[in-house]
Amino acid sequence: MSAYLRHPPPSFRSRFRHSTTLHIFLLGLGLTAVIIISSGMGYLKIPVVAVIKIIFTRISGQLDIIEGIDSIFPVVVIDVRLPRILSAAIVGGGLAISGVVFQGILLNPLADPYTLGVSAGAAFGASLALLFNIVFLGTYSVPMFAFVGAAGTLFFVIYLSSSSGGVSSNNLILSGIIVAAILSAGISFLKYIADEQVAVIIFWLMGSFASKTWMDVALTMIFVSCGLGVVIFFARDLNLMSLGKRTASSLGVDTKRVTIILLVTASLVAAICVSVSGIIGFVGLLVPHMMRLLTGPDNRRLVPVSLFAGAILLLIADTITRAVLPSEIPIGVLTALIGGPFFCYVFRKQHTAKKTGT
Amino acid sequence: MPFSLNHISFSYTDRKVIDDISIVMAAGNFYGIIGPNGSGKSTLLDLLSKHQLPASGRILYNGKTLATYSKKELSKEIALVPQNFYINFPFTVKEIVMMGRYPHIPRFAAPSSEDVKAVREVMEKAEISEFADRYITELSGGERQRVVFARALAQTAPVLILDEATSNLDINFSISLLNIAEQTVKKGKNTVIAVMQDINLAAVYCDYLIFMSHGQIAAHGSTQSVLNPEIIHAVFNVDAKVYQESYSQSLQVVFRK
Repeated sequence: MSAYLRHPPPSFRSRFRHSTTLHIFLLGLGLTAVIIISSGMGYLKIPVVAVIKIIFTRISGQLDIIEGIDSIFPVVVIDVRLPRILSAAIVGGGLAISGVVFQGILLNPLADPYTLGVSAGAAFGASLALLFNIVFLGTYSVPMFAFVGAAGTLFFVIYLSSSSGGVSSNNLILSGIIVAAILSAGISFLKYIADEQVAVIIFWLMGSFASKTWMDVALTMIFVSCGLGVVIFFARDLNLMSLGKRTASSLGVDTKRVTIILLVTASLVAAICVSVSGIIGFVGLLVPHMMRLLTGPDNRRLVPVSLFAGAILLLIADTITRAVLPSEIPIGVLTALIGGPFFCYVFRKQHTAKKTGT
Repeated sequence: MPFSLNHISFSYTDRKVIDDISIVMAAGNFYGIIGPNGSGKSTLLDLLSKHQLPASGRILYNGKTLATYSKKELSKEIALVPQNFYINFPFTVKEIVMMGRYPHIPRFAAPSSEDVKAVREVMEKAEISEFADRYITELSGGERQRVVFARALAQTAPVLILDEATSNLDINFSISLLNIAEQTVKKGKNTVIAVMQDINLAAVYCDYLIFMSHGQIAAHGSTQSVLNPEIIHAVFNVDAKVYQESYSQSLQVVFRK
């Protein structure tokens, strides 16, 4: 529980911690670069200059700029690649800020957006829709079921763990584990009776950004932006809550209300991300963790920096599976395969460094 | 008068923790709350700081019902040094003390030069300036307690509530911390309400003592009038002798095993 990572010495801290504006500027620049470069990558190689021209034309409407560019390029960039690229970036950012909130509220640097069973709920909902071939909402049936499953699980877990004194971290974590365990059993049962559809369920669960549309971009954008607004608004209160509820309360924070608002916000952001992309692990755990080394634990700095870092990280991961690897592997598997060992390495290195006192 | 409690009761589920307490606490005094473990001392502090609301009865703060104050208003009136705390994130000491200024800083504003000055002053007072840039997670229990005390001072609230704030401190820092608290009472006309385990330290610093037992006030009054063997025996069930001690210029208590 108290396994926070070791942090850089004060001299490093004072030099770098207060340059958050610079961090955000650089990360924003980096994100733009990654978006443009990855738009050119894939089965059809498109030069970076052409990508910039196509995007600029799209925004400004000046058609003459793209004269001389292969007419298939704008279609590929605008209709195929950008929706996927932007979805991946927004989902990455959403999972990262959701992770910041969960770690802050549960006072546990190892919490992640799925601590309250949101992923299990989404997976169960999606499995139901896939198994029974529910299509009354067209292609949005599965995401819709996933979202309802995730939101339902969230509110049930909060109901289960709440008492007259509000919700406690331990109760939340325990309730989340219990409900997720029940849902996992449910998912196993659905897979068991699914016969040939089991492959569809398994693929959905492992996550993918393939064939995302502008609609997906818009949906995630709305949720993540609103979520970001709420989290930034309460970022200072979240700082105070790391001093404990009594102290936060004495410093003017309505702890019960802020806890619920932030839990619901972060979980809904995670829920929309999961329902659009499937279950993608480690982004929400790893990014806040790594960024805390850079910005320190002040959530007013940590939240925006994590947003951009999460976006860049997940977009790079998705680009690797889409355009670099010989055949596409599920993004959830890739993030866990890369993120997991990396996390082990960082974790091990830093807590052994702590023991020897170096 | 900051606090006036009128027939206050409070229960956790079915266990009555505070049982019909009435007392008036005036401004500009150092109050000590003394009692055995589980007698309701911390809960009483929770009620005074509006962390909990009484099940029945009414608490007035400056003549107005406490429950009608918003958390934000109260954060400028009452500062709290809690008993147990652990901080799991590596904030620096300076950042933690600055959090005491949050009630005075608008939500999206940066700290003013006054805030920075106030933080520097309380850090000097609490003798923690030397580790201003260290991480709170790397400090010892006693050092952390001094940081949390400085954070409460930075709040510049007229009422300071201490919940066994010296429990982890050696005698040197206990005395310097209580001296600072006493100064705010003597010079700033502040009110300090402190739960204390050490009766002799309480006797040195407190103008008034409140003895608690089983959720009720067993005795209260000026230290000179209320600190006696009969009350100590009634509250703690130990035999004690109380005498005027010239070196500390206070009543002192010795116990027999």
